[in-house]
Parts: sequence; structure tokens; C-alpha cells
Amino acid sequence: MKNRLFRLLSIVFFIVIWEIAAVLIAHPFILPTPVDVGIAFWELLVSPGPPGAQWAGELLGHTLISLSRVIAGFCIAAISGICLGLMMGWWQTIRNFIEPVIEIIRPIPPLAWIPLAILWFGLGFKSAVFLIWLGAFFPILSNTILGVESTSKILIEAARTLGAKHMQLLPKVVIPSALPSIMAGLKIGLGVGWMCLVAAELTGSNSGLGFMITYYHWTMEPAKTIAGMIMIGLIGFVVFIGLQSLEKRLLFWREAIS
Amino acid sequence: MKTKAAAEHLSKVFLDGKNGATTEALRDINLEIYSGEFLCLVGPSGCGKTTLLRIIAGLEMPSSGTFCLDGSPVTAPGPERGLVFQEFALFPWRTVAENIAFGPEIRGISEIERQRLVQKHIEMVRLVGCDYKYPAELSGGMKQRVAIARALANNPEVLLMDEPFGSLDAQTRDDMQLELLRIWQETKKTIIFVTHNVDEALFLADRVVTMSARPGKIEQIMKINLKHPRDRLADDFISYKKKVLLNLPRRSKNP
Repeated sequence: MKNRLFRLLSIVFFIVIWEIAAVLIAHPFILPTPVDVGIAFWELLVSPGPPGAQWAGELLGHTLISLSRVIAGFCIAAISGICLGLMMGWWQTIRNFIEPVIEIIRPIPPLAWIPLAILWFGLGFKSAVFLIWLGAFFPILSNTILGVESTSKILIEAARTLGAKHMQLLPKVVIPSALPSIMAGLKIGLGVGWMCLVAAELTGSNSGLGFMITYYHWTMEPAKTIAGMIMIGLIGFVVFIGLQSLEKRLLFWREAIS
Repeated sequence: MKTKAAAEHLSKVFLDGKNGATTEALRDINLEIYSGEFLCLVGPSGCGKTTLLRIIAGLEMPSSGTFCLDGSPVTAPGPERGLVFQEFALFPWRTVAENIAFGPEIRGISEIERQRLVQKHIEMVRLVGCDYKYPAELSGGMKQRVAIARALANNPEVLLMDEPFGSLDAQTRDDMQLELLRIWQETKKTIIFVTHNVDEALFLADRVVTMSARPGKIEQIMKINLKHPRDRLADDFISYKKKVLLNLPRRSKNP
């Protein structure tokens, strides 16, 4: 309880510093005060939303659009990354065949794909999903491979002496044993995906939070830009907490180890 | 006595992949194992006793010779040979009950029968009430009880044990030895037990097989004619111990 209060105090402290700085600078185009941003936040909540989500209001509408992109991209990345990772970790031949290509594509920043994404998928949903998938896929893939590889040999031997056949080892031993590593990959993947989303929307889209904050940059309303940034931060925070509680639920058996 | 299993001219040579060097782990092992007996393999580390046990389990293949169970050679692991590891090797994501149910589950045994097997073996190893605990919540002795129950739930004909009590403290180890004898007498399984502890071997076994190192060979097979429970301080126990220790090769004799 005391810890929580202290944590809350940190936010209050930050807002106070911000307020002081804004008052000293006294230039709302460079740094609006927290109160300005609060008002902008409210205005964005009540003004009509973007096409497709007018009912939700401007801020929530863009948020919903962004979220739907992240969820789609992340889910595709999770499924493809985990499946391919399991195959590459378990069958050396598949790994030898696929890994060289992966290793060359991996270092290319997802943002470098933006021109191609727009060329292939146009502005909007599909190209954003593509970029999020690119960002989230690699951390999920490598953590899945790592998890499969680090499956304890002795657990596999124990399962074999208990009668497990080669194909039973994968669902009964390898996947549960790789799960902590896979979860770590999902967390990293979601973070990277979220960042790719905003970047993708800054250039390759006419809706979503990333688009909204650039739009208000061009209209010289920095308070609204900051309100959008805060929304991006809040959502990232909430999603991360959600994933963490999912992890706790799936990996409860690790609790007692500490 | 009926022969359950036998090693015939069994040898194992390990190849070191990098420089092509070889290590001769076992040389010409001939050993008969009788049905229902408690056999202990003792010897210094590096004498190949664990390798021999792994060949029996089917986790390693012999370089030459065979190990036969009921007349047919062993080529792969199978549920008729249960193995208990020194490191317990429990599945950390499964509860005690789920760990014990692993073998029956793999073999496609029905849910009801599985639960009956779990209950029976939880009672046998005296872990009633621990069904829903996870391995991380158990002490070393309790973990090894789960591992024994898990191996027995498959109803193996032969129970293989690789220094199962090696990582337990002295008191727990003594308790577990008594428990194992009780379980052996209850289930009448054939047990092959690897240890480097002569005392433990003499306390448990019908026959003690002494091995020497580099290459691993059988030095001596000694029948222990003592009734259970055995008294470690009795004269006849100590005279057996002297006989085994005299035959147990010293490390210094094996460069």
C-alpha cells in the first residue's frame, strides 16, 4: 500500500515539474502546460471520430483503429512466430534451411519496409498490420527457438523412458518447457509491434493514433499531439500489465521456485 | 531362479567428435539379472555403471554385444523399464498427481484408470495430500518419492535407479532406503540400482556387482545373504563390506 502511494506520488511529481517548466518557458507552442493537455484530451474525447469510428469520438476512435491493427498484426506474428520457432527448434533440417534467410531479413528495421508496405498494401490497415507483424515476429521466433533448444535433456529422457514417442515429446515436454521463453518473446514482440504501429501510422496511414499526433503537429496544436502521446503510453502500459498477468497464470508453476 | 534380463558381451565405446579420440566405457560385460531380485551396481565414478544402466534403459546403444530383456534385445526406451534419475527429472509444470499420471497418459489409458493408478502410487510412496503440489514446493526426498511413483505407475517389469538418493541428506537417504525396500517387497519388481556407496548397496541388494573403471568391467558379483532390515553395524554386514571394499579398485591403480 505504502509502495503504491509512493508510485502514485511519482506521477504527481512529474506533472508538477512539467507545469513549472511550462510556466517558465511560457510558450504554449513549445511546451503546453498539463492543464492545456488535459483540456485538449477532453476536446479530443468529445469531437467526432475518424471515418469508420465516428461514434467513438476522435481520440477513442483513433485508439480503436490503432488497437485493431496491433491486435491483428500481433496475433499473426504470435501464430507464425511460435509455429515456425517450434519447427526450427525441433527439426534441425528445417532450421538449416530457413535460418540463413531469417538472419539476413532480421537486421532490416521494420521501418525500412514502410515504402514497400505502402506499395504492396496501400495506406491504412493492411500495411500497418504488415509492419507490426514484421516487428513482432522476430523476437517471438527467436525466443521460441531458444525455449525449444533449452528444453532439459533429462526431461526428454524421462519422458522417453515413460513411453513417450518422438511426436509426443513436442506437446508433452518441449512446448510446456519452452513456454516461459515464448512468453518473454511475446512481451518483447508486443512492445516492438506497438512501436512499429505508431511509426507506420506516422507515414503510411490516415487514421490511428500515430496519424492523429502528426496531424495536430501540422495544425500547430501541440497540446493535442501530447494528449495522443499520453494515450499511446497508457495503452502500452495497460496491455503490458495484461500480458504479465496472463504470464503469471500460465506459468504459475514457476512461482514456487523462487 | 528365473533369468529376467542379461547382458551378453556388452561393450560401449564413446567417440569424441572433435579429435576422433575414443573412450572405452564398458568392456565385455556379462551379467544375468534374475526375476524379482534387487541388484546393485557399485564402482568409482567413470566405471561405466551409469552407462550400463542407460543401455538397459534404451537411452544408449551398445557398441557391441546385447542387452536382452526376456530374451529379446533392447533397442529403445520402453515403459516396461522404468528409470529413476538422481536429478529427479520431474516435470515442473505438472503437479505431483499429473507427474505420476504421465506414463499412463502417454499410453492412452482412460481417465478413471489413470486416477486409480495415481491414488494407488501416491499412497504407496506416502505422499497422500500432496496431489496438487508442484515439484518446486517439495523437498528432495519428496521429489524422489514422486519420481519413484511416476516410474511405478507405468507398472514396469524392471525398475532402474541411477544413484537416486545421491543428492539427499544422510537422514533422508536412510529413510528412502527403507521405503524403497518396503516398496520392493510390496511390488516384487526387479530393481537395478546404481550407486557409488558400498554401504547403500549392502543395505539394499540381493547381489552387489562391483565394477572397475577405464575400461568399465565387472570385478566381482557378490550375493548378500542377510535378512532385511539389515544392521549396518552387525559383524556379518561389516565383513561383507570388507570383502567389497577389498575388491573395489582404488582410483590410484587406474591412471
